[in-house]
Amino acid sequence: MNRLFVLWQSVIGKKVAMAASGILLVGFLISHMASNVLVFVDPAKLDAYAHWLRGFGPLLWVARAGLLALVGIHIVAAYQLTQAARAARPQDYAKAERRVSTYAARTMRWGGVLIAVFVVYHILHFTTGTLHPDFRDGEVGANLIRGLQVPWTAAFYAIVMVAIGAHFWHGIWSVFQTLGLNHPAWNRTRATLAVGLTVLVAGGFLSMPLAALFGLLR
Amino acid sequence: MHFDAKIPAGPLDAKWARHRADLRLVSPANKRKFHVIVVGSGLAGASAAASLAELGYQVSCFCFQDSPRRAHSIAAQGGINAAKNYQNDGDSVERLFKDTIKGGDFRSREANVYRLAQVSVNIIDQCVAQGVPFARDYGGMLANRSFGGAQVSRTFYARGQTGQQLLIGAYQALERQIGLGTVTMHTRHEMLDVVVVDGTARGIVVRDLVSGEVSSHAGHAVVLGTGGYGNVFYLSTNAKGSNVTAAYRAYKRGAGFANPCFTQIHPTCIPVSGDYQSKLTLMSESLRNDGRVWVPLRQGDTRAPRDIPEAERDYFLERKYPSYGNLAPRDISSRAAKEACDDGRGVGPGGRGVYLDFADAIARLGEDTIRERYGNLFDMYAQITGENPYQAPMRIYPAVHYTMGGLWVDYNLMSTLPGLHVIGEANFSDHGANRLGASALMQGLADGYFVLPYTIGDYLAGTTLAPVDTSHEAFRAAEAGVRAATQRFLDIKGTRTADSFHRELGLLMWEKCGMARDRAGLEEALRRIPELRAEFWSNLKVLGTADTLNQALEKAGRVADYMEFAELMCRDALEREESCGGHFRTEHQTADGEAVRDDAHFAHAAVWEYQGEGATPRRHQEELDFDFVKLATRSYK
Amino acid sequence: MKLTLKVWRQAGPAASGEFKTYAATANEHMSFLEMLDVVNEDLQSRGEEPIAFDHDCREGICGSCSLVINGAPHGPKRGVTTCQLHMRSFADGDEIVIEPWRAKAFPVLRDLVVDRSPFDRIIQAGGFVSVPTGAPPDGNAIPVPKEQSDRAMDAAACIGCGACVAACPNASAMLFTSAKVAHLALLPQGQPERYRRVLAMVNAMDEEGFGGCTNFGECEAACPKEISIEHIALLNRDYLRAALRDRAGAPAAAGVM
Ligand SMILES: Cc1cc2nc3c(=O)[nH]c(=O)nc-3n(C[C@H](O)[C@H](O)[C@H](O)COP(=O)(O)OP(=O)(O)OC[C@H]3O[C@@H](n4cnc5c(N)ncnc54)[C@H](O)[C@@H]3O)c2cc1C
Ligand code: HEM
Ligand code: HEM
Ligand code: SF4
Ligand code: F3S
Ligand code: FES
Repeated sequence: MNRLFVLWQSVIGKKVAMAASGILLVGFLISHMASNVLVFVDPAKLDAYAHWLRGFGPLLWVARAGLLALVGIHIVAAYQLTQAARAARPQDYAKAERRVSTYAARTMRWGGVLIAVFVVYHILHFTTGTLHPDFRDGEVGANLIRGLQVPWTAAFYAIVMVAIGAHFWHGIWSVFQTLGLNHPAWNRTRATLAVGLTVLVAGGFLSMPLAALFGLLR
Repeated sequence: MHFDAKIPAGPLDAKWARHRADLRLVSPANKRKFHVIVVGSGLAGASAAASLAELGYQVSCFCFQDSPRRAHSIAAQGGINAAKNYQNDGDSVERLFKDTIKGGDFRSREANVYRLAQVSVNIIDQCVAQGVPFARDYGGMLANRSFGGAQVSRTFYARGQTGQQLLIGAYQALERQIGLGTVTMHTRHEMLDVVVVDGTARGIVVRDLVSGEVSSHAGHAVVLGTGGYGNVFYLSTNAKGSNVTAAYRAYKRGAGFANPCFTQIHPTCIPVSGDYQSKLTLMSESLRNDGRVWVPLRQGDTRAPRDIPEAERDYFLERKYPSYGNLAPRDISSRAAKEACDDGRGVGPGGRGVYLDFADAIARLGEDTIRERYGNLFDMYAQITGENPYQAPMRIYPAVHYTMGGLWVDYNLMSTLPGLHVIGEANFSDHGANRLGASALMQGLADGYFVLPYTIGDYLAGTTLAPVDTSHEAFRAAEAGVRAATQRFLDIKGTRTADSFHRELGLLMWEKCGMARDRAGLEEALRRIPELRAEFWSNLKVLGTADTLNQALEKAGRVADYMEFAELMCRDALEREESCGGHFRTEHQTADGEAVRDDAHFAHAAVWEYQGEGATPRRHQEELDFDFVKLATRSYK
Repeated sequence: MKLTLKVWRQAGPAASGEFKTYAATANEHMSFLEMLDVVNEDLQSRGEEPIAFDHDCREGICGSCSLVINGAPHGPKRGVTTCQLHMRSFADGDEIVIEPWRAKAFPVLRDLVVDRSPFDRIIQAGGFVSVPTGAPPDGNAIPVPKEQSDRAMDAAACIGCGACVAACPNASAMLFTSAKVAHLALLPQGQPERYRRVLAMVNAMDEEGFGGCTNFGECEAACPKEISIEHIALLNRDYLRAALRDRAGAPAAAGVM
């Protein structure tokens, strides 16, 4: 325990915490995306899946709490690292040239904030239904479809999914570097993996709001 | 001035062992009571400071750079010699000893050189243990290359950055001690005077280059590892900050200065490209293995090199030294190039350059082989000149590289000023009149790791030193002197910068006291230097104040010392009526331009004693006896 | 060629600095620092104090020179230091903005001169092998595979110039620190202190107030010795191992924030 605390206190430790929480969140999103695309097959299947999940009762809440904790850790670490970075360069350059860092890398912070905002809205939208035009308990699939029928909502989803794609892409590449898993041998694999996962998850998610926008999802 | 080399008795190979056994020791408990001041954090200074601190002494170390790791030693490329005989090619301590004595043209002290060869083997072990990544073979064993002046492969190297890697090793050892609190490091501090109390060196005066504050530090012994003075010529391969100031101020306080005229000119450097030129860059000697040196036959031939037909080229080294050809030793090749240029046949801007042509080698071996052998050097050349040496021949010209002269020291590395020890390039060294490649790194580390730590203990144990601190009037006086001198530069308010004076002095020295010297030229220099110095003191312009970071002010102080030191160099060159090693007097040469030594009259080190402002210094002699190698002439025909 | 220089001038550590504009003439054979030498001669002839900048070897090895040129530490060319940069990399009429390294850990001392002593303190914390001068084993007693010593050499090529910190958007010193950690971790001689070293050096780094690494890769692009960020991964790995194993004698990490 003490060791983890010591670790957390160092800049590298915080990065490791971000990486660890990040990976688990990636895991969640993969399963989440996988289950959601069921709507293309048959909304009822998604309902069933959701119902099956509800079956776990308390366990589900444990999982939710876990997710929340992960996002919490991830955000706190991100915030503190950002503060540290700001403090480390009180005066910026009059002219700064960025040579190699990708746009994705440089937007990790705001991209993250956007995700956070999205998640809150998203839960009020699909889980509690608070912000849903016409929310019916249990009809997860139908809720999803009706929810995305609203053009600006679908558009917003689409945009966020792109932001998440960027976050993913740098994030997954970055994880290996942060955890020191970068043998020259599989550095290429590592880059491909980052792109692959990004396309899969972001693409999968993106498909839904887009389908809705173009009236393919009804 | 009284001086005694303190060479131990007994057979050559037993001297050092015997001496170590006889040296007095300081008990561990007492070591803590002794405070040693080390000026310089190069290979010599850093290794000494770290080793002394490990032994338990209190150490203060000073350097003018912002970090000890930046000392000029970092620039060394080629490698470091050691008589390891790993290549089984018949190397031995004796052989390294003989090569060094002969390479030095029989103007160095046998006992010191032998000791140097003996400890050379420990240096490599020490550095490897520190993590210096020397080049290795596939079997995991240390690799060697051969270097000038030797028939064996005894040079250890780390890519083209041997000096850097060795210095980082010493620097890490030093930083470790700083972390342990046994060494107090003062970076960006320039030493400006030695403080002498009752005839012994007891401290130094320094200026904090950031705040401008002048302060003094007291100790039981002072060690100078402040490097060489090649920059007296303004243009040299030395770092811009390298200076004679520390050594020269010590000389003014009573330390004898030996053989100041012994300077080494390296034949293969990138030539001057314009009057804005600030320093010269070395191109490794190894290039001469495959490059052919030539100039046009006709004077003022401005055609592009490739347009000049074979018949109209003069491969002067091959012509003059058929057997050695392009591999003739440093001093000889340098002079030959100079003659060609003096003859109006030099190439490139200002006609101060000769071609180093790889066309034949490329035709013979193919561009890839050449790239493999010299790729990094070719890139460096292209980087600086913007020319592609694979297509056009390189232009090279000799440049000042190293100074064999320095403060005189005895076998214990102590100068004629008791308590003041001098190590590395700053002392008059074991290289005599000419240093072999890869031997300076060896000497710096030998002095710092394996010699001084023993001998300084003997001094401290054997001398009763009254306790003094910086409140002592000698310190007060020295500090006041430094403050006054510093202010003086600012008060002249003339029209010329120190840099412009330095350039003028450098050019004069290069022409009159450079590669080839003669009486007339030296006498002229001795007339003109005082004139230039007079103008310096009446027309110098230094802006700003003394209580800030003021680089122009630092520069002025260094140039002021060069202005006086240059005169000492010329005087020494004038008095030495012979040609030996780096010192070539045109009056003393054979019909075919070979150096003619005069062992009957000059088999000695000339030691100069300061006689006060304006007075002519006194010349003393340390006779050099050669009991183990016999004097012979070097011939490269 | 005619150039317009916008140079950061700052009288001292406490003073507040500003950009000053100077006209400069150069030719393409000059090195960048020689161009500044000429500007300085000119300034002094006009009674203005010369621009202060660090430099010594002027051949790319001592790590003294340190200028941010048009937003790029050591200028536009890859793999060279400022002192090796030549004016042929610029064109007639260019405007060149010259700034000092900017980082909280590297305070400006004057004009373009900064204080890089934090690097020395990072080395003090553990960037060494504890072998007192004496009689270590023979240099060949421990064979080191060529590949291994070559990799160590790649890391050891770092000249401690600080361009990595200057280039990093987080002003992180990870590349410098990782280069030293890797240099010693890759050699048998570095093994005994391997984990103690990495903990100590990272703590020292954090205490100096450098930012963290978010894998931007700008440091590698600015590094005159082209030190690879692979070393940062190695540093992270060793640090993780060390922190989790909590090797005996490992100093407890100090808080950063
Ligand atoms: C380009 C080049 C390549 C070389 N290559 C080789 C090679 O391959 N092999 C080889 O054996 N030799 C080589 N040499 C020679 C060798 O590098 C030097 O002779 C040797 O490194 C000198 O080391 P040092 O410790 O005596 O002095 P330096 O390394 O010059 O250190 C001098 C120290 O003294 C300090 N100092 C100086 N003056 C003052 C002052 N007034 N106040 C405070 N501090 C001061 C400096 O800050 C510095 O720390 C080369 C030299 C050059 C120029
Ligand atoms: C479920 C959504 C999220 C996933 C899957 C995710 C994933 C990741 C991953 C894998 C990394 C790489 C960590 C590393 O560099 O080792 C990362 C970095 C980052 N994340 Fe997230 N993240 C998510 C949400 C967030 C949120 C909500 C924020 C902030 C509000 C955020 C901010 C950041 C930042 C700033 C980084 C870069 C930090 C660094 O590289 O050091 N992320 N994220
Ligand atoms: C087009 C993209 C997405 C769609 C269509 C979608 C759809 C849904 C739906 C229908 C639910 C309700 C499930 C249920 O009540 O059982 C849900 C819950 C959730 N979604 Fe999404 N989602 C998308 C993207 C995301 C993203 C990118 C994140 C995270 C960054 C995310 C995080 C969540 C969370 C945390 C929940 C709550 C799960 C729970 O009930 O505990 N979703 N999503
Ligand atoms: S890593 Fe590169 S940029 Fe950083 S200090 Fe070392 S050499 Fe300079
Ligand atoms: S640029 Fe900075 S973020 Fe890391 S990869 Fe280099 S230190
Ligand atoms: S001045 Fe030495 S690296 Fe630039």
